[in-house]
Amino acid sequence: MAKTDTKANALDRRGLTDEQLRAIFRNMLLQRQLDNRGFQLNRQGKVPFALGSEGHEALQAGAAMAFERGKDILAPYYRDLGLALGIGLTPYEIMLSIFARAADHNGGRQFPNHYSSKHAGLMSFSSILAAHIPHAVGAAYAMKYRGENGRAVLVTCGDGTTSEGEWHESMNFASIHKLPLVMLVENNEWAISTPLDKQMGQPEIWKRAAGYGMPGKRFNGYDPVETYAVVKEALDRARSGGGPSLVEGTCYRFLAHSTDDNDMTYRTKELVAEARKNDPVPAFEHRLIEAGVMTAADVDALRKDVLRETNEATDKAEAMPYPQASDLYTHLYEGAWQPWQ
Amino acid sequence: MASKSKPAAKARFERHGLTDEQLVEILRIMLMHRTLEGRGFQLNRQGKIPFASAGEGHEGVQAGAAMAFQRGRDILVPYYRDLGLDLGVGLTPYEVLLSLFARKADHSGGRQFPHHYASKRLGIHTISSVLATQIPHAVGAAYALKVRGERGRAVLVTFGEGSTSEGEWHEGMNFAAVHKLPVVFLCENNEWAISTPADKQMANPNVADRAVGYGMPGVIVNGFDPVAVYAVVNEAMERARSGGGPTLVEAKCYRFLAHTTDDDDRTYRSREEVERRRRDDPVPNFERLLVERGVLTPEGAESLKKAVLAEANAATDRAEAMPYPAPADLYTHVYAGDHAPWR
Amino acid sequence: MAVSTGSKILNNVEAVRETLYEAMKNDERTVILGEDVGARGNVFLITKDFINEFGEQRVIDTPIAEASIVGIAIGMAMEGLRPIAEIQFADFIYPAFNQIVGEAAKTRYRSNGEYTCPLVIRTPYGGGVRGALSHSVSIEALFYHVPGLKIVAPAFPADIKGLLNAAIDDPDPVLFLEHKKTYRLIKGEVPEGHYTIPIGKADVKKTGNQLTVVSYGLYVHWALDAAQQLEAEGLSVEVIDLRSIRPMDRTTILQSVEKTRKLLIIHEDNKFGGIGAEISAMVAEEALFSLDAPIRRLCAPDVPAMGYAEPLEHEYMSSPAKMAQAMREMVTF
Repeated sequence: MAKTDTKANALDRRGLTDEQLRAIFRNMLLQRQLDNRGFQLNRQGKVPFALGSEGHEALQAGAAMAFERGKDILAPYYRDLGLALGIGLTPYEIMLSIFARAADHNGGRQFPNHYSSKHAGLMSFSSILAAHIPHAVGAAYAMKYRGENGRAVLVTCGDGTTSEGEWHESMNFASIHKLPLVMLVENNEWAISTPLDKQMGQPEIWKRAAGYGMPGKRFNGYDPVETYAVVKEALDRARSGGGPSLVEGTCYRFLAHSTDDNDMTYRTKELVAEARKNDPVPAFEHRLIEAGVMTAADVDALRKDVLRETNEATDKAEAMPYPQASDLYTHLYEGAWQPWQ
Repeated sequence: MASKSKPAAKARFERHGLTDEQLVEILRIMLMHRTLEGRGFQLNRQGKIPFASAGEGHEGVQAGAAMAFQRGRDILVPYYRDLGLDLGVGLTPYEVLLSLFARKADHSGGRQFPHHYASKRLGIHTISSVLATQIPHAVGAAYALKVRGERGRAVLVTFGEGSTSEGEWHEGMNFAAVHKLPVVFLCENNEWAISTPADKQMANPNVADRAVGYGMPGVIVNGFDPVAVYAVVNEAMERARSGGGPTLVEAKCYRFLAHTTDDDDRTYRSREEVERRRRDDPVPNFERLLVERGVLTPEGAESLKKAVLAEANAATDRAEAMPYPAPADLYTHVYAGDHAPWR
Repeated sequence: MAVSTGSKILNNVEAVRETLYEAMKNDERTVILGEDVGARGNVFLITKDFINEFGEQRVIDTPIAEASIVGIAIGMAMEGLRPIAEIQFADFIYPAFNQIVGEAAKTRYRSNGEYTCPLVIRTPYGGGVRGALSHSVSIEALFYHVPGLKIVAPAFPADIKGLLNAAIDDPDPVLFLEHKKTYRLIKGEVPEGHYTIPIGKADVKKTGNQLTVVSYGLYVHWALDAAQQLEAEGLSVEVIDLRSIRPMDRTTILQSVEKTRKLLIIHEDNKFGGIGAEISAMVAEEALFSLDAPIRRLCAPDVPAMGYAEPLEHEYMSSPAKMAQAMREMVTF
């Protein structure tokens, strides 16, 4: 495990400007705020379902900073709120998804956190684990085939998804063709209720990379700056024709799997409390203040700003209409079609 | 990195504890394997059977691995290019010919393609032609051995390198490693998946290098050397039988013939390549080795070959004379008991 | 059916749970494997605490890998265990399609009876729970084409127990479908003790003489509600719960149709190529001249799945009111 003391790295900014460091932190605060908002709305009976990514904030905010908007493609999974925000989705778009409104990118068809945005380069995906990984490989193949140097695909998944056959098939194909792809595993140690040691015979996923003939690296996913550096290095390699990489960020799932899950049926409060001690959000706040990138007053102002934006997004999205019944029949094929009746 | 066993040294003959009798038996299986496969291709060219597939080049891997199999205890989950393994664990040439001729007395009742053997008596699982589907089955069988506490038993599952690209291969390897199951994964890497060469199948040519990612040992062995294969597979099977968990063994060999009688390999690889690799043909090499080392006399080798041919001929004649399944046999064994087909 | 010593009221989740529990208790060969079936006790808590009682060797939390959940269960079955594999949601079953259709359903046939595959694959299916595109599909039509496979979809707690016992005892692979909206919604009397209900037998849940309605799953309950409404209007509808989709009980369907002379098939799955298509064709072949009205099918619209937003789900799902209207039209045709 590579859990470095975050304070010791306070000054190693890996080329990130103050502005970028603050953007990362803002993303992290926004993630946590929006995650909580989803759970609150669920408890208020306003939405039937929400998913949280608490514990993944640093990993996602750091990785998103390595993503080049307008060039790269992101193929995320359903616990990637921070990545979606980090590449340009707005809190309003997030709330539209949570409320399943007609103006949502999916028209209210999909579960929350299943974003898609052609404009942002965010590929549509389902709830089915690993199903999106071959899609990412296909997208990378298209880039390579068209000679689009300087572009790459960032595909993410949790540790649980690496057990799926499609994960293996994708890694193998990407390495055969040296595709511009970065496989980012967000290892939070839990696949709903299944801990790592019941998912795999040895816990370090990056070690599988050698078997595929590609570089592999593990990093501390609580450190957004280290995450940024590792993902950027891998993306740069992919963009310049150096082929795919497997990078594994370690983190932890602080919340239950979703609002439908009670994690106290399979893990203890103490275990989660212990993991929470490494909570990346306050840790990064501390580092930024230590390094003089932000003052405590700046942080307070930022917090207020994030809360305001979240509230505004919530109100605006809630006021929007649901899709209509007739919307069930659109977008099945191109053009008009006659459903079998 | 996976460890590499030494290639068969000319100067020294390491017999890994095998008796003369066992060494001769290995050669006999290799010879029978080749003879019966040649027979399949002949029968196809004569128009007597529609199809045959072949494992020429795999004789060393399979005869060596079969010697590490304990009959009556272990379970074999093979693939369709494993004639030598099936013979080595006890299948008779007559059963092989019944399969080639698709006769009623065949284990599958003439339902399956040739070389898709199954024998509950011998512990050979039934398989389909769909690649890697047998890997989870083998893992499930190993789980059954473990959950019942049947120490001293293990599962040997085989596949070509092409199958290692399938998701089910990965899922099977992973599950076996999580539960430390008594199973040995034997990859017969013959460098060709029908027409797809290994470098279009995988970026790292050594399948065994994947073992570390699963947390199990991985070993590469020269598949043209049956004694080396025996030693590596035997060690892995012993580890599995004694609770030490799974192993991935990769035996490097080569597919000398086309994929099947329906395939023309001249469309995708040169005669020169095949001829060059033929120089390492394990069958004459092993025969020569045994004669050189005095395990077998030249006359002994000749009479062994004659006996093999005579048995193959007798099996051919006997199987050919057997009846086909009847049309009514199409409707049996869909479910247990009586089945009223929907019509 | 064995003699029962009494009965109690269970909901559908409890019926599944109790049956699985007894199977685990009574037969050491039984193992349960699937995602989150162990420590969490299944996402609907069906196997809660099983792991504590039966141990993690028999209650296996698998990696997320559906093809191998079924494939490994096949290998276990071939070697003498009695695996009960769980696919967490029916929507996740597609990676295992090959193992179910290509392997399990053919194991006996391809080995000429030498190897068998006594295996149960349980999975929750169906909508009306805000499950969106990937937690609410019906899958039966994708599998019912396959000889060698049996498919069961009971809707009442007592039927669940009897048919799940039959599935577990069955020497062949059985796909056992549990409608997730009925899990806690539907309660009923369940006999104590071990009993089985034969796979392939439908059940007439309400007798009537002016229309035969064939359905299964959640919609049986809604069809019964609708039929009761019509009863109050003086119209008499017979409701058949198919219970088993393959093999299918043609006798019960044909007997009913010969009596009522009209047939309405209702299912949640979409119409094109659905279960209703086979029933319609069979009745047209066997009993066309007994019919006084064209056969009608009331099924889901021809779209891939129900959307997450409430209006999309509402549009997709039928209702007792829509069913009652269709029944009225048929009876008065």
